[in-house]
Amino acid sequence: MIRRIVLLVFTLVSCLLFIFQLMALQLFDSEYSERSLNNAIVKRPVYPTRGLIYDRNGTLWVANKPVYDLMIVPENLDLFDTLQLTSGLNISKEELLKQIKDAKNFSKKLPSVIVRQLSMAEAAKLQEKMWKFPGFYFQKKSTRDYLLPIGSNILGYISETNRSEIKPSSSKVLEIDNLKLLGVNNTVNDSDKSVSEEKNILSKKNNKSEHSFSLINEILENYDLGEMIGRQGIEKTYEKNLRGKKGIQFFQKDRFNRIIGPYDERKFDIEPEAPENIILTIDAILQDYGESLMMNKRGGIVAIEPQSGEVLALVTAPSYNPNMLAGRDRSKYFNELVKDTIAKPLFDRSLQAEYSPGSPFKTLNALIGLQEKVISPETVFTCNKGHYYGRGAFMGCHNPIGTKSDLIKGIYSSCNSYFAKTFVRIINSQSTPAEGVDLWKKHLEKFGLGDFLGYDLPIGKRGFIPNSNYYNNWYPEGSWGPTTLISNSIGQGEILTTPIQMANFTATIANRGFFKKPHFKKTVNDSLYPKNRTLIDAKHFETVIEGMHQVVERGTARVAKISGIEVCGKTGTVENFIRLNNEKTQLTDHSIFIAFAPKDDPKIAIAVFIENGYWGARWAAPIASLMIEKYLKGEVKRNWLENKMLKGSLIAEYEKPLLGKPFSIND
Amino acid sequence: MTKSIVFRMDWLSLIIYLLLIIFGIINIYSTTLSEVSVSLFDLGSPAGKQFWIFIFSLMFLPIILFINSNFFDHLSLIFYILSILSLLGLFIFGQKISGATSWYFISGFSLQPSEFAKITTALLVASTLSSIQADLKKIAFITRLLLIIALPVILLIFQPDAGSALVFLGLFFVLLREGMDLKTLYFGIGFISLFIMTLIFSPVILSIALLIILILIYRLILLYFPKTKKTPFIIVLGTSILFTFSVNFIFNSVFEQRHRDRFNIILGLENDTQGIGYNINQSKIAIGSGGFSGKGFLNGTQTKGGFVPEQHTDYIFSTVGEEWGFIGSSGLVILFTILILRILYRAEKHSQPFPRIFSYCFASMLFVHFFINIGMTLGLVPTVGIPLTYISYGGTNLMAFSLMLFIYLNLDANRLN
Repeated sequence: MIRRIVLLVFTLVSCLLFIFQLMALQLFDSEYSERSLNNAIVKRPVYPTRGLIYDRNGTLWVANKPVYDLMIVPENLDLFDTLQLTSGLNISKEELLKQIKDAKNFSKKLPSVIVRQLSMAEAAKLQEKMWKFPGFYFQKKSTRDYLLPIGSNILGYISETNRSEIKPSSSKVLEIDNLKLLGVNNTVNDSDKSVSEEKNILSKKNNKSEHSFSLINEILENYDLGEMIGRQGIEKTYEKNLRGKKGIQFFQKDRFNRIIGPYDERKFDIEPEAPENIILTIDAILQDYGESLMMNKRGGIVAIEPQSGEVLALVTAPSYNPNMLAGRDRSKYFNELVKDTIAKPLFDRSLQAEYSPGSPFKTLNALIGLQEKVISPETVFTCNKGHYYGRGAFMGCHNPIGTKSDLIKGIYSSCNSYFAKTFVRIINSQSTPAEGVDLWKKHLEKFGLGDFLGYDLPIGKRGFIPNSNYYNNWYPEGSWGPTTLISNSIGQGEILTTPIQMANFTATIANRGFFKKPHFKKTVNDSLYPKNRTLIDAKHFETVIEGMHQVVERGTARVAKISGIEVCGKTGTVENFIRLNNEKTQLTDHSIFIAFAPKDDPKIAIAVFIENGYWGARWAAPIASLMIEKYLKGEVKRNWLENKMLKGSLIAEYEKPLLGKPFSIND
Repeated sequence: MTKSIVFRMDWLSLIIYLLLIIFGIINIYSTTLSEVSVSLFDLGSPAGKQFWIFIFSLMFLPIILFINSNFFDHLSLIFYILSILSLLGLFIFGQKISGATSWYFISGFSLQPSEFAKITTALLVASTLSSIQADLKKIAFITRLLLIIALPVILLIFQPDAGSALVFLGLFFVLLREGMDLKTLYFGIGFISLFIMTLIFSPVILSIALLIILILIYRLILLYFPKTKKTPFIIVLGTSILFTFSVNFIFNSVFEQRHRDRFNIILGLENDTQGIGYNINQSKIAIGSGGFSGKGFLNGTQTKGGFVPEQHTDYIFSTVGEEWGFIGSSGLVILFTILILRILYRAEKHSQPFPRIFSYCFASMLFVHFFINIGMTLGLVPTVGIPLTYISYGGTNLMAFSLMLFIYLNLDANRLN
């Protein structure tokens, strides 16, 4: 009997054994199906081309251009003329051979990059000879193309993400299974199904698929290694808008990891979403003009449209051509820019430099004095080429002895004594100097000073406005009074402002008492930028504005006068010091000018800051005036002034402290 | 002849045979589908070739069915000799494909004589065992039988084609059925287990374990049968230990590394996913990824990607597993099992020895193909190049096993004569 059933038993046992093994592999062990997806299906992200950037007049400023990476698949390599290839690429033979060797070490079957980001012209030259170089081919990519080589400080730049920026959660991989769960199925008929519709489908499904949906979204939002990301400026702030949403394509791979076709008729592919194109508030012509005027100088220009808070120009000098950080030699240029620790081209002086505001600050002290009723427009102070504000403490002024000034004259002649006395009255208007200082600070904060303005660029500085605590720390037990902080009356002393803050308070004066947060992206939505009102009544502004008008008409900045436009301005000349060989050394004064125009219907408010520019009317006032003329009239008539400013250079001034020998200042 | 042979035929086996082949062609088509889409019946594609060989084989069905059954018995020796000659001829005229000289090339067709040797050997074994002198207790007779089987086996090993040689060893089941000492079965199982154990454990540990186990068993038996002698236990222990050490020696000194690797991977002694174990691993991934219902015809990503080597021949079962899932692959396993059991069942009903023994030979050879091939694809049996009969691509195998089935059908239908 046993003999008859031996083979039968063997057959049945094998049958059961096989079925058990099949159950183990196919029903209970998901490891194998996961590995199948990993090795047979490859997903390729599809990146939408980055959003375009226009200036306020619709001029295309930042576009994208194709660049070509020279790739190699080592297994297809054959003998070729290295000389012909290297001469086309501008690399040495050794470098080429090293790259090929590295590529071979990486993989014989997978493509590697040999030369990155060749321009279309470079690639085109080689393209017709490519048949001579088996194994090599070009891969098209996209990079930024700055059609206008200006505004690098506004635009920022983009670069590839690195390993440390990739979120750990991005290790979650999007698998076909998630998509299958969702029923995301782009058949030909409903390929243009929108996301909201997909969400509707979702709501009818179970929790698991909702989880999958959010997982997919998360994965699509995560950055891939080497994907372009905005690093600075507009590119960083509006990264989400400019990036769009990447899509995913699935491909079938073969055992050599080569793609042999789309997976399942592209049913599961996710289409990329086009990014937003951004319109900036910047006037490219004005920006360009400002950058030309700032050649060979250091400092910043900020121009704002007072009504809207739109920034018209944001110039820092020295700067760099944005195309330097977009091409093949990006890292080379970047290193050069970083290493220049003296001129600091990557340091945006218009946003990041904190200076003493100097005389323009007197306008604010005047407004506070008027509001707190410690002075009136008719208040007259006498100046004796300065005045003693304490025992043995003298503050000088450039006005002759015996000059009697009312407020308007005080402003246009920039009388130090007038504002020192006003300031003392402000501080003494309260029962203690501490309360006085805090009141003064409260007013200034309403002008946007002492804190970040909240504009839509990623960098900035707070500036500084001291309060009573600050002085209590320095002078304990109330041993300080108005004379201790007297320098602040004329915009020196402890206070610090950035050029954009100065432009902003200028705009506030132009608006007769309010400002809208400065911003760089055009918006139709007005409610985004509500009016920030000061604590000062509108009538007080008229007096100060008249003073500022007289500055240009008959005061310190007659050079800024433009025929046909009523310009209001205020010059500033700021003492400044650096530490040189451990000694406090005074350098040539900074040149400052704030202005707005036209007087009664302001279209532009501007602040110009020129480091070591001697005095306000020497550089800053003419430059501000030219900018206003350019913006309001479209062309500049005063060619002599324009030429003087364009050609003028302060390089020699900046070199003085570096030469290691004694030097004279302000001469 | 009371009824027409058409009504007396074993229709179930024939239907399973047809189902298997059609399913096979479908899977070959899917596996070898390339970008250039070709018709299923194009002779240039593997699936097309398989189809036309199937049609060609079917033409033999009526011829074989109407031949007198005695024909096979009487001419078995001549067939056998011709077959051995064709195997010998390979050493002169044979073509080498992937290391084995197993093929003749005749005007564009390749022919593998070893496949036909399976039929002729089965016929001669059946004829010899059914003769009047047959007595499996006599050493001389057993020697004669073993020679009949060993001759093609040796020729195949020299080709080298170990896979086909293994199929002939399936005839061991036939000898058992026909009266060979059952001890050979027990010893066979014993030695195979010992062999596997030796590879897993070291011979010293295994010897000590054997000693302890045998002492325990001996003590246990003593409780019920106090007069049991020690001698057989000592002999078993002695031979086992000797075998263990010699296996260890042979495995490490005589076997080549690739053979060792194959065993080691199956036994889980080496965890290798890239090199030698690649085939098995990819095959398991393909099958595992099929899940319950499979990815569907032509939708297997592993199959399309060509991850599994030799997928249309030896690894065709991985296509089945991936595209038809658990339902398809276990269905195939069950269908095969039913076919083998059906043949065994019908064999036992014969009153005459020749048809019974031939049917048995047929069933055991089918079993070896079934067991080794699917076992290999599932990672249960070491890699041996052997096709899955009726499913794998391979014209000669398909034809030989078709003819064998037809002969079986003939013998089965003519049982009353």
